[in-house]
Amino acid sequence: MGQSGTAITLRGGAGPSGALPPTAVDELPGGADERRWTPARIAVWTGIALLGGFSWVMLALVRGETVNAMWFVFAAVCTYLIAHRFYARLIELKITQPDDTRATPAEYKANGRDYMPTDRRVLYGHHFAAIAGAGPLVGPVLAAQMGYLPSTLWIIVGVVLAGAVQDYLVLFFSMRRGGRSLGQMARDELGAVGGTAALLATLTIMLIIVAILALVVVNALGESPWGVFSVGMTIPIALFMGVYLRHLRPGRVVEVSVLGFALLMLAIIAGGWVANTPWGASLFDLERTTIAWGIIVYGFVAAVLPVWLLLAPRDYLSTFMKVGTIFMLAIAIVLVRPDISVPAFSEFVGRSDAPVVAGPLFPFLFVTIACGALSGFHALISSGTTPKLIEKERQARFIGYGGMLMESFVAIMALVAAISLDRGIYFAMNVSAAATGGTVEGAVAFVNSLGLTGVNLTPEMLQQTAADVGEASIVSRTGGAPTLAVGLAHIMQGLIGGRTMMSFWYHFAIMFEALFILTAVDAGTRVARFMLQDALGNFWPRFHDTSWTTGAWVCTALMVGGWGSILILGVTDPLGGINTFFPLFGIANQLLAAIALAVCLAIAAKKGVRGYLWIVALPLTFASVVTITASLHKIFSSVPAIGYWAQHAAFREALEAGLTSFGTAGSREAMEAVVRNTFVQGTLSILFMVLTIIVIATAIGATRRALANRGGVDTEDPRVPSRIFAPAGFFATRAEKRLEAEWAAVR
Amino acid sequence: MSARAEPVGCAARARAPVLTRVVGRARAALRGLCWYVEGVLGADAYARYLEHHRASGCTSAPMSERQFWRDKFDRQDREPQGRCC
Repeated sequence: MGQSGTAITLRGGAGPSGALPPTAVDELPGGADERRWTPARIAVWTGIALLGGFSWVMLALVRGETVNAMWFVFAAVCTYLIAHRFYARLIELKITQPDDTRATPAEYKANGRDYMPTDRRVLYGHHFAAIAGAGPLVGPVLAAQMGYLPSTLWIIVGVVLAGAVQDYLVLFFSMRRGGRSLGQMARDELGAVGGTAALLATLTIMLIIVAILALVVVNALGESPWGVFSVGMTIPIALFMGVYLRHLRPGRVVEVSVLGFALLMLAIIAGGWVANTPWGASLFDLERTTIAWGIIVYGFVAAVLPVWLLLAPRDYLSTFMKVGTIFMLAIAIVLVRPDISVPAFSEFVGRSDAPVVAGPLFPFLFVTIACGALSGFHALISSGTTPKLIEKERQARFIGYGGMLMESFVAIMALVAAISLDRGIYFAMNVSAAATGGTVEGAVAFVNSLGLTGVNLTPEMLQQTAADVGEASIVSRTGGAPTLAVGLAHIMQGLIGGRTMMSFWYHFAIMFEALFILTAVDAGTRVARFMLQDALGNFWPRFHDTSWTTGAWVCTALMVGGWGSILILGVTDPLGGINTFFPLFGIANQLLAAIALAVCLAIAAKKGVRGYLWIVALPLTFASVVTITASLHKIFSSVPAIGYWAQHAAFREALEAGLTSFGTAGSREAMEAVVRNTFVQGTLSILFMVLTIIVIATAIGATRRALANRGGVDTEDPRVPSRIFAPAGFFATRAEKRLEAEWAAVR
Repeated sequence: MSARAEPVGCAARARAPVLTRVVGRARAALRGLCWYVEGVLGADAYARYLEHHRASGCTSAPMSERQFWRDKFDRQDREPQGRCC
């Protein structure tokens, strides 16, 4: 079983291919005609364009007291529809040229397990669940300091021209290569130097991404006994699910997910009771460093435990929650339609001293919001599971491009949730404790001193919000997750439960963000461990054997040590941790995007694409300019709040001068911590930038050679004729339905 | 009696197909939802494996459900897949 080819011959059951119906709509008589423009079709698209245009006018040009959240939804959805119909189609015509008469790896390598033709609608959900996590929920919250318009524009325009293009191209090119990974494609297309640099960059970028995601969880759970209890309970719940699936009822995935979900809800409710008892409050009220160590130990154990026990069941739970919550939030925003009083452009546009993430709008907005607009991490997913499951080449547009549009929509919803909050509360939550002192009075004084129009924060507002969400304090709860949770609670209570339910919704949001992140932490550690084993295997062949326990443990420990040390640096950072580390996350993520796009550029050029190479070159140039500029700022800026090395030098000089406190660091230990942290941050910035420049340079070299030679070596798998048929988009067209009926008749 | 009973019967007869249709639709929608949830979570993996096994014409007996899931998770252990940020 599992031999490629056998399934295909017998699948149609109709003997030689001549007896089978066509495998592509274009081969059906009159099939292509159905794409012609009819008056009704023109009217529908004109309507979408007008509604979208009007919504953009309402967002960008009309300056009222408030703006309704509905305009965000309409502007986003109409733009997505047009981009998917026209821009992605242009990419199909000019670059990918999908051919439905050609079998995909799912068909010609079908083995009933990882290579398997999968229904496109199911695969869309599957792919979306794999790409979307906490990233699109956190970035837009932090970027909301600039006002709503810069973020909205970047999330929507960025996804159309960059993020979705990357996801689609990587998915398509990997699919044409039997589901090869990004690393393998980089080696094939860019040679040994480019390939090695890409591998090294991917590995370090993964560590920084895992570290910063973990930092988001630590910040959300610090001094929150309720959160610690309910998130902690996900571990025994997942273990129970794993044992249930393994020993009690194997294969009952939906049943166990529903059961797990019910237990999860119980854990959230019970968290409220436990946090209100004296023993619960003392047991679960943990210091951030303690939580960080807990996550590090957990990350190691989870990555060495068998998949069935912890990772797989938590993944089911996470998928269940992800799809469910996002639907719920979308419905809530449409029904509640919150009015937004945040200005289109805040006072911090045009300055570089914004209090949440420091630095000028360009380039820092574009690295603060990575996921949702352009996320390099997706290239690892788009060149992993999904290309092995896709049925037909033309479906790659809907799944790759369309899947990323959905993630962008999640980012828009997160932005709406963040900006539906009072701006005073927003800043009090997101400014680091170094500025607010972590106290209500300190936060009120600091926020009111910012001189923001319409902001008049009072201690009562902060205390009331904290009481509403069931927390002792909401001051300096940085990292984005708590703000999103307050925003979501604020919207959801308008729909279900009113104010008394706010604490439930808040902890519900914290729980699902933590769930995604913990899944990403443990899956990321595993993938990184395998990459390291693969690399070390070149010097010490025994590491290639992934079932060698010592090797697995050593590599896991190295990877956990890598992200764990960055996590501890972030948690103990006297300058506010996440706010100084978050730019590194965005820079890392987008450098990975630049690497993926560089590989795509080389592939497209070798395929013979010439005039339309700009489709790939445009996002590649933008991502490179943004990330390299941001890296240069971080390396060379003389403003200590922005430049890591400037900060490093300032604190070192202060130490040498014998000072016992400097800036926000109140002791010599704290000053030494800043010196250490800025050294690590600065070194990582240099490393990422150098590796990326190597990859981009080798890709440009490969592209130039391909252009000069009018094409290059074809690295695609050989063409195998397809013997199955399936529609391309979510809904089948009339021609596709006719063809499906013909296929149903011969099956 | 019969004169009064008749319209009731007629109405019932007229209503019955509507009701059946609505129930039928609701059932189909529910089935569709279950199919989708199972698909996205990957709960239908064993059924699809059996289908593949049958179609491939392989003569050896297919794995049992328990064996299949063990094998599936063991494979995931050897080839981990990332989850995104």
